[in-house]
Amino acid sequence: MRALLIRDLRLAVRAGGGFGLGLAFFLIVVVLIPFAVGPQSALLARIAAGVLWIGALLACLLSLDRLFALDWDDGSLDLLATAPLPMEAIVSIKALAHWLTTALPLVVIAPVLAVLLNLPAAGYWPLVLSLLLGTPALSVIGTFGAALTVGLKRGGLLMSLLVLPLYVPTLIFGAEAARRGAEGMAYGTPLIFLAGITCGTIALLPFASAAVLRVNLR
Amino acid sequence: MASIWSYANPKKFIDTTDRVLPVLSVLALAALVGGLVWGFFFTPDDYKQGSTVKIIYLHVPAALMAINAWMMMLVASVVWIIRRHHVSALAARAAAPVGAMMTVIALATGAIWGQPMWGTWWEWDPRLTSFLILFLFYLGYMALWSAIEDDDTAADLTGILCLVGSVFALLSRYAVNFWNQGLHQGASLSLDKEENVADVFYYPLLLCIAGFVLLFVALVFLRTQTEIRARRMRALLARERLND
Repeated sequence: MRALLIRDLRLAVRAGGGFGLGLAFFLIVVVLIPFAVGPQSALLARIAAGVLWIGALLACLLSLDRLFALDWDDGSLDLLATAPLPMEAIVSIKALAHWLTTALPLVVIAPVLAVLLNLPAAGYWPLVLSLLLGTPALSVIGTFGAALTVGLKRGGLLMSLLVLPLYVPTLIFGAEAARRGAEGMAYGTPLIFLAGITCGTIALLPFASAAVLRVNLR
Repeated sequence: MASIWSYANPKKFIDTTDRVLPVLSVLALAALVGGLVWGFFFTPDDYKQGSTVKIIYLHVPAALMAINAWMMMLVASVVWIIRRHHVSALAARAAAPVGAMMTVIALATGAIWGQPMWGTWWEWDPRLTSFLILFLFYLGYMALWSAIEDDDTAADLTGILCLVGSVFALLSRYAVNFWNQGLHQGASLSLDKEENVADVFYYPLLLCIAGFVLLFVALVFLRTQTEIRARRMRALLARERLND
């Protein structure tokens, strides 16, 4: 398991720049928002938490189709499937690798981008906390979407259509926690709901992803 | 008595539904025409809402069927995943566009009703929002069916998507409650509640609901038959090519 994780991390960092791409995308989304809604800092401060959440979510989505596609193309996915490791473990490791290489950098860079969007000082901790708790769910759900569409030639667009509705609960609670924090309200409740969703998806969704992957490898 | 699983035989299914379909269609038409005519022309205007209240005869049955269609797809998917009856998978596939259409009807009539009553076509109300999300789930489900070429793979994948999607649709339903307060009224048709719609509106509404249910069943039967026949035709064509 550890070998697989290290291999996936190496591939993500070294091969083809998938690593920085998500971050760059996140940055560009955040830079484009003021052009679209205007430079008034009061308005930006109000929408900052939501924009950062949407940006992080889209950046996660963008990198999902690389999750299984490369292994599928060169056949290493078949090798992994015949390995003694259960499919559920493989899927979980893939999700973990995706989270470490894509989502965690987003969480780290989010406070920096929040400065650009004039996020109120009270909002930084809630933003980071909610992203930290919420992004694992995004990775795990995304793994399910990637496993569904792995065999398709142009699965990327279809995967967005499948994955985005599944992101709704996570986004609602995550963005709500960040928004409440930015407005100086108590943000414990949505944060707890968010943590619940994350724990639930981590516990259950790998089984669905593994089942889907087995069907696709048949 | 024959078990319900005997209808998993496509031949038996087609034979039975062929006999049932005309009856179902006539009943659906009768209930719909009866309910709508009764509702539109022979019930009084509401004292607050005027004649706009009559859109209820389309709005409520469509909304009910939009949810029940998804439930039916869920049951059919579970049956397919556990017992591998092809008719079940095809029925789930056949129900999806019908359910999606019901969702659109519910959303559209809701907008037309909401404009004079709430002064807005659309509001990010929990009920409205969760219906929109349900519609997105239908779209994703249908897109996945049409994207995969191999029939059994497609049936498996969409089946699992339906299971996972149901959980997330339910989660979203309660998450949006948390996120925004509602404009839409609560349930007004429950069997166990004191406060229901008045009887004058209730009976034609029941007839309309029955009409929508029958219409849904008839459409799903018809579409499942079509799917079965299309698949049989593909099999025959493949056999022809093999023999050449």
